[in-house]
Amino acid sequence: VAARAVVKSRPPLAVPSVAEVRADFPILSRTVRGKPLAYLDNAATSQKPSAVIEALTGYYESSNANVHRGLHSLGEEATAIYEGAREKVRAFIGALRSSEIVFTRGTTESINLVASSWGGVNLGPGDTVLVSGMEHHSDIVPWQLLCERRGCALRFIPVEGDGSLDLGRVEAEWDYSTRLVCATQVSNVLGTVNDVKALGKIAHRRGALLLVDGAQSVPHGEVDMVDLDCDFFAFSGHKAYAPMGIGVLYAKEDLLEAMPPYMGGGDMILSVREQSSTWNALPWKFEAGTPNVEGAAGLAAAIDYILGLGFDWIGAREAELSSAALERLEAVPGLVLYGRAKEREAVFSFTLGRAHPHDLAQYLDAEGIAVRAGHHCAQPLLRSLGIGSAARASLAFYNTIEELDRLAAALEGAARFYR
Amino acid sequence: VSEFDELYQEIIMDHYRRPRGAADLSRVPEALAHENPTCGDAIKVEVELSKEGTIAALRFDVKGCAISTASASLMSEYLRGRRTDEARTLADSFIGVLRGEGDPATLDAMGDLVALRGVASYPMRVKCATLAWHAFLSALDRAALEPAEISANPR
Repeated sequence: VAARAVVKSRPPLAVPSVAEVRADFPILSRTVRGKPLAYLDNAATSQKPSAVIEALTGYYESSNANVHRGLHSLGEEATAIYEGAREKVRAFIGALRSSEIVFTRGTTESINLVASSWGGVNLGPGDTVLVSGMEHHSDIVPWQLLCERRGCALRFIPVEGDGSLDLGRVEAEWDYSTRLVCATQVSNVLGTVNDVKALGKIAHRRGALLLVDGAQSVPHGEVDMVDLDCDFFAFSGHKAYAPMGIGVLYAKEDLLEAMPPYMGGGDMILSVREQSSTWNALPWKFEAGTPNVEGAAGLAAAIDYILGLGFDWIGAREAELSSAALERLEAVPGLVLYGRAKEREAVFSFTLGRAHPHDLAQYLDAEGIAVRAGHHCAQPLLRSLGIGSAARASLAFYNTIEELDRLAAALEGAARFYR
Repeated sequence: VSEFDELYQEIIMDHYRRPRGAADLSRVPEALAHENPTCGDAIKVEVELSKEGTIAALRFDVKGCAISTASASLMSEYLRGRRTDEARTLADSFIGVLRGEGDPATLDAMGDLVALRGVASYPMRVKCATLAWHAFLSALDRAALEPAEISANPR
């Protein structure tokens, strides 16, 4: 498509060394409880490179002003930074138009926007929202709220034993009341990579739309909205090396055009009369109030950083770490790993003998190793796995084999301690 | 002694491995369980009152970590036999101290519960250590409201 001026995988000038990449992330050199930090909680949030941190301070030190108003130079600079970030996001995710890129606070707000705005006028009694059984609470609860408000139904696609979705079964058991299918591209618990493109084809052939939760996929691999052909795509900046509080909703333009505003306020209107208003053009119709300009600046810097490394390098590096982690975790006696899908990312949820995941995480913390323990905001999935909570190690390209060795050794120590 | 060792003292691990007062409370409705929202752990507590208004029995059913299980076990030992008003005051002050609102020295006068003082170094674990106590306070309210039913249906 000619309109897409995209530089996706700019070849790096030289293959970066892991030490060089780690040096880009100041926090990675700190210690925790007297030990070097091993940060293995990247699915919760990623750490930030200096380039992102400097984009934030740089914005406030030289260009801070409100956007889209005020005919002064700072206002123009801030607007250019904010709208430049939007254009960067558009190219990064392979969308056709920047009008399709709505800035939000994160994945959660993006999905709530769709549920409230699109769902609020398009769904009602007799309609069904079909969500995968491995969704984060942020892709479940907004639909529950909508169903309560509008009288539609919420159904789940069961998760197979290996942690995958059986798309053949989705197709065979299709319920024609389904108007929207929601699925995560990568599970934050199981690491499963779902074939959301195929799911979209199944949905579209039957008149339903597809919403993709890209929170866990965007940081680790290239996504392309035209190729995926999803109707809605949500992701967060903070899991992709950008600041917290900035996220994106991509939606096809015709859908956004027809959707009513989500929140009312400044910047989202053309004109306001006492009793009624008219709406601003896309995407600003969905961006009421002063936006998170610093966050957008940080997200743009994070995208530059990712593209500087290149997804080829990131993918190869994370695949290497992933197989090293799998090998080490499988060697820990008594460890049960959840999620064995063929296509998976470097996210490993597990339980270990009698040791409660909270206690496990506490033991690892004493060794300087940060993992998540709990239900990972996916209680329905964990219940279907027959557990209440699990520990989770989730990796990023800056992790090291040595950190994985420390993880394995600490897990064996924990198993002895809590036996 | 590291903060970790302070948290997982021998007495905590002992109560975790052999909880006192643990029982199967599947007869207690799930809606009455107290849940720790950060991990999904849940506990049910049941209180039986004597005619004199003391705690005749304090049972719990917990699916939780070492800290929440040990805290429930220590609690059941510490509160059993006490008058309800006294038990309520003790529970309130225990919860207060762990939240950092009371004098930490209060725990020194609370028997083996002093073993939970290490929790103060880990704000994220305060919910684990206080879960049983919140559930106990609710159970006490229920027992006080329906003493006749409980004594009539010991099951």
